Amino acid sequence: MRNLLEIRLLPPLAVAAIFVTLPWFFPSAYYYRIGALVFIFALAVAGLNLLMGFAGQVSLGHAGFLGIGAYSVAVGPAHLGMPSWLCVFAGAALSAIVAFLVGRPILRLKGHYLAVATLGFGLLVAIVLTNEAGLTGGPDGMTVPRLLLFGWSVRGSDVWYWITGATFIVGFVLALNLMKSPTGRALQAIHDSEIAARLLGIDIARKKLAIFIISAVYASVAGSYLALFNGHVTPDVAGFLRSIELVAMVVLGGMGSILGSLVGAGLLVVLPQALTIFHEYEQALLGLILIVFMIFLRRGIVPSVAAVVSGWRK
Amino acid sequence: MAELLQFVFSGLTVGAIYALVALGFTLIYKASDIINFAQGEFVMLGGMTTVFVAQAGVSLPLAALIAVIVTTAIGLALHRFAIEPAREATSVALIMITIGASIFLRGMAQIVFDRRFHSLPPLFGADPIQFGGAAILPQSLVVLASATAIVIILWLFIERTIFGKAVIATAANRLAARLIGVDTRRIVAFSFAVSAAIGATAGVLITPIALTSYDAGTLLALKGFAAAMLGGIGSAPGAVVGGILIGMFEALAAGYVSSNYKDAVAFLIILIVLIAIPQGLFGRAKIERV
Repeated sequence: MRNLLEIRLLPPLAVAAIFVTLPWFFPSAYYYRIGALVFIFALAVAGLNLLMGFAGQVSLGHAGFLGIGAYSVAVGPAHLGMPSWLCVFAGAALSAIVAFLVGRPILRLKGHYLAVATLGFGLLVAIVLTNEAGLTGGPDGMTVPRLLLFGWSVRGSDVWYWITGATFIVGFVLALNLMKSPTGRALQAIHDSEIAARLLGIDIARKKLAIFIISAVYASVAGSYLALFNGHVTPDVAGFLRSIELVAMVVLGGMGSILGSLVGAGLLVVLPQALTIFHEYEQALLGLILIVFMIFLRRGIVPSVAAVVSGWRK
Repeated sequence: MAELLQFVFSGLTVGAIYALVALGFTLIYKASDIINFAQGEFVMLGGMTTVFVAQAGVSLPLAALIAVIVTTAIGLALHRFAIEPAREATSVALIMITIGASIFLRGMAQIVFDRRFHSLPPLFGADPIQFGGAAILPQSLVVLASATAIVIILWLFIERTIFGKAVIATAANRLAARLIGVDTRRIVAFSFAVSAAIGATAGVLITPIALTSYDAGTLLALKGFAAAMLGGIGSAPGAVVGGILIGMFEALAAGYVSSNYKDAVAFLIILIVLIAIPQGLFGRAKIERV
């Protein structure tokens, strides 16, 4: 039992150790900023990975939930006078409700039908955010007030680095626990064979819906953080390209590996920053990376590396 | 009444384009079970290449021909370098590949071309024809006539040639087709080439009416896909009817409800169709074998 606990908690502990020591090597605040962005996206990607990697369901509209979370912390304080921290939770609750309502009918679909349905959902969110200019500021977006915690205004990339990193590690541990729970095992059974899982008495529809809602909440919180961190939000946050980026991060890091989510998010956040000369080529590169990975490294980075390492041990 | 006629006509025109996109989806899906999300980029490439080749001083018809040939070559390359190496991959992986291809083509288009909107001069001038109180652009008639011609040629080709029979055989049962000597790989490559050609033609046709830009493909692909789904995926008549219907719904929604939400119509239809009639209007329900 102790052994099991250690193995399970090893990856998040390792991430936590790196997370705490890394800032020692940061030459400037800019690096905190990149770090915060990596953790924000890693959080959303971890949630999407629960859905894609464990339950085997695709979502090409997950940025829709990112958008709901982001606009919650923008619209809530501006129009309803709610404090920002409350809006993070309200956004998560709203995302959960939307995921519940949308997920029930569309999770019955499979393969490319599901892909297209989720894609349609994401675009609908983006269209609403763009068109309801009175509420959301339209295509130009709106400013997001700073997060106030206990009368203390949260500002600075370094503070956000700690908040986002800590949240990601909590999300990481929760996701791992979920995977080892009966629900997690049921989801893996669904991934392997839906029919076999159903014959075992697993309520497939309910389990899928549960994981869809959880993944929506992860994305929503990440969206809220992103908006609070940037201080500004535009409908692009919910756009098609964002959804694809999230999926690409899952695929890159490795489906079914939460650690992979961090690696995938890290790569796709850092790479464009490191290759600013290639700024023009960013979209083309993203597309190329997706194709190359799906052809040559379909399992993603972390599972592939893990396979090599366990091969050495033998 | 004149207003309604106007909306119906613009719906028909856009619908014809959606029908062509949907037909491209259907062709590839029939031959290979792949949903090609880069279908919209073929339309964009057709329009954009024509614009830029024509700007270089080539006459418009020749520019359009070059655009169709270039796009067809890109379609073949997509099959050869992205689809073919991943033949045994799952449907999700193949979706990711075609999405990757779509973003790649879009990214390259904004570098090779530019990020601005472009138009083309219409074939028979821009003076609208008055008909029952509605103003009809001559280009709309060109779109409708060309779309009809493409559908008929494709139908004749599939039904009347030996190669077409091989396509039907591949669509019906890939293994059985291979066993009777059909080179199914060539059929799939062919389906990508023809889909690309049809997409590019649609792009050339629609650019004088709706502007084109490097990112015009995504929406077109999605609406074409909604059309294919509404008609029942894999059904060619379904693709045509679905395209026209989506175009109509959209034009009527834009006219009577709100033009801001016209793009939302196609996605609402996708969601409703998927939930209410997943097999579409002309499709057959699939029975899953265990």
